[in-house]
Amino acid sequence: MSAATLLSVENLTMRFGGLTAIDDLSVSVPAGKITAIIGPNGAGKTTFFNCLTGFYKPTTGSVRLTHPKKGDMRLETMTGHRVARDAQVVRTFQNIRLFPKMTVLENLIVAQHNFLQDASRFSIAGIFRLPSYRRAEAEALKIAAHWLDRLGLTDIADVAAGDLPYGTQRRIEIARALCVDPVLLCLDEPAAGLNPRESAELNTLLLSLCREEGIAILLIEHDMSVVMNVSDHICVLNYGRKIAEGTPEHIRNDPQVIKAYLGEDDEETASGEIAA
Amino acid sequence: MSAVIIARHARTPAERFKDAAWVAFVALLLGIPMVGLTTVDQGGALTVQTRFGMLGAFVGVSFVGRFIFRWIIDQFRNRRAAKAAVAKVDRTPQVIKLIGWVVLGASVTMPIMFSDNRYVIDTATTVLIYVMLGWGLNVVVGLAGLLDLGYVAFYAVGAYTYALLFSHFGWTFWEALPVAGAMAATFGILLGYPILRLRGDYLAIVTLGFGEIIRVILVNWTELSNGPNGIGSIPRPTLFGLPFDRNPAEGTQTFATFFGIEFSGMHRIIFLYYLILVLALLTNVFVSRLRKLPVGRAWEALREDEIACKAMGMNVTNVKLSAFAIGAMLGGFAGVFFAARQGFISPESFTFTESATILAIVVLGGMGSQMGVVLAALVLVLLPELGRNFAEYRMLLFGTAMVLIMVWKPSGLLSSREPTIRLNKAAATGGQP
Repeated sequence: MSAATLLSVENLTMRFGGLTAIDDLSVSVPAGKITAIIGPNGAGKTTFFNCLTGFYKPTTGSVRLTHPKKGDMRLETMTGHRVARDAQVVRTFQNIRLFPKMTVLENLIVAQHNFLQDASRFSIAGIFRLPSYRRAEAEALKIAAHWLDRLGLTDIADVAAGDLPYGTQRRIEIARALCVDPVLLCLDEPAAGLNPRESAELNTLLLSLCREEGIAILLIEHDMSVVMNVSDHICVLNYGRKIAEGTPEHIRNDPQVIKAYLGEDDEETASGEIAA
Repeated sequence: MSAVIIARHARTPAERFKDAAWVAFVALLLGIPMVGLTTVDQGGALTVQTRFGMLGAFVGVSFVGRFIFRWIIDQFRNRRAAKAAVAKVDRTPQVIKLIGWVVLGASVTMPIMFSDNRYVIDTATTVLIYVMLGWGLNVVVGLAGLLDLGYVAFYAVGAYTYALLFSHFGWTFWEALPVAGAMAATFGILLGYPILRLRGDYLAIVTLGFGEIIRVILVNWTELSNGPNGIGSIPRPTLFGLPFDRNPAEGTQTFATFFGIEFSGMHRIIFLYYLILVLALLTNVFVSRLRKLPVGRAWEALREDEIACKAMGMNVTNVKLSAFAIGAMLGGFAGVFFAARQGFISPESFTFTESATILAIVVLGGMGSQMGVVLAALVLVLLPELGRNFAEYRMLLFGTAMVLIMVWKPSGLLSSREPTIRLNKAAATGGQP
């Protein structure tokens, strides 16, 4: 791994009462690459995301972000909204969480809330529509228009987000996260519920975001056609522990991984499944 | 079971026939004991006699009646379905705008047309107070989605702030107005802090309790609020220092002497009407503007999904508190006006019923809809007034009307939502090739 480390998670443990969801996990996420977290259901993947993005406070361990502009930050000490606002680590959700009654464009503008709220100067500049606020709004609109165009959502920008098909809603959620200007984008099962054509498009999108925009991506995914094709690095969790880590080729042939996914006896079918 | 399905979908004559036959069968079952059999007193002994002719007529009428009734319903439904298929273009925003201008025009000219009818103008003033309260609560409930059952507390805080500032320091209406607004906003934040983590039912219960606490304090803290006796002789607002009195005090002028017109008690009533109209319109402009600002969008986003708000880096605490503070402030302003208009306030004016009425206005109007609040306030204040002729049936009529409206328009009178920003409009001004 030649790339610099963007996020380094060390000895992370998350316990809920007697249940240990994440057990002494250490992972490092390189800058400008796509890292996938895979594992069977209940392996602790989403809990791991919640710990990274301030929704849970980890029991022990540290999450250190090396922000390209702001230097080192300790994410585990920050509350939910500060992780997104200050550290620019932005996530999407496994079960889509849009603002359904608001239009697609409004969803993207809300994502730029902090920038606009500062520009509105406690809403006073906004109420009187002073030029400084109007400029900020035009800029936010430009950023939104850029991502709408990039994700092919321009035509439906003024439609209520909740009225759109599932696959489109997934794209809107990614577009909205991008409007926060992330340094690390955490996607929780972005391909869930997508048809094969849509997940192929998702692959292209993720690769271009990473290669062209330089956004590091952390990905939880069950769809192996996505994971194996886009990931630079894969980390496999089972029962809250890391059981393997490496390139897609390495993971595909790792006996531990095959065992975790399909049990011990069916090794042949298992490797076929993972390779698919 | 099958009958229910038939009754819902009956469209063809055969289906209508089947439906009517089913109803006739039920009529027969019910009719045998009720119509078909009768007891007759024959020489001191009761005997049962049959009345098959009457039973037959009963069943026949049920059948024919149901057949015709079903036919009429189907005609009505078909026509409506046809209409819906043709008129698919949504003109709701334009219609709402038009209604808005009509209502505004009517409310500005109303006192001129009814300049000698005190009852009409008083009622209109009451409507406008509720409109203003509705717009204030709309921020909290309609936009931010925080169910507040104790909104009347802020109304009371505003009213009592003015009454106390006057009775202790002799402040006038205009001096007390901003202070009372700030006071109510402070109370809004005080209420907001402990309930930041609550949502839905729990939030409703706590806000309900808060409303009651304020009322109970006003009743019992006699040294401060004069208890249930209330505070009286609160001065009426002046027009730039011109009072609406009959006899000017030494060396001052009244509204009538200044303009050289004859004194009339109606001047003050009309002035109060225009005052609340201006206050309400300012509220409307203020809230409509806020809705299109980051803070307003944040309120709506909060209503839609709080967790997503957090993930977007939004400080949810500030968003909630700003909604409570601004909603409370507007309620406080309305309270000051209420105190000035009544000239006397007591805790009795700030009961839970008031909160419920204001909430009903917001919900009935369509959550978040500014125009809906106006229509709902008209309905909720005018219906009981119009129903006065029906004496004890008044509230029954009122309740029936509410139920009918909710059946007919489950999401409120005007429930369509206008986006706060549009891409197409922006693209058009940006200049396309």
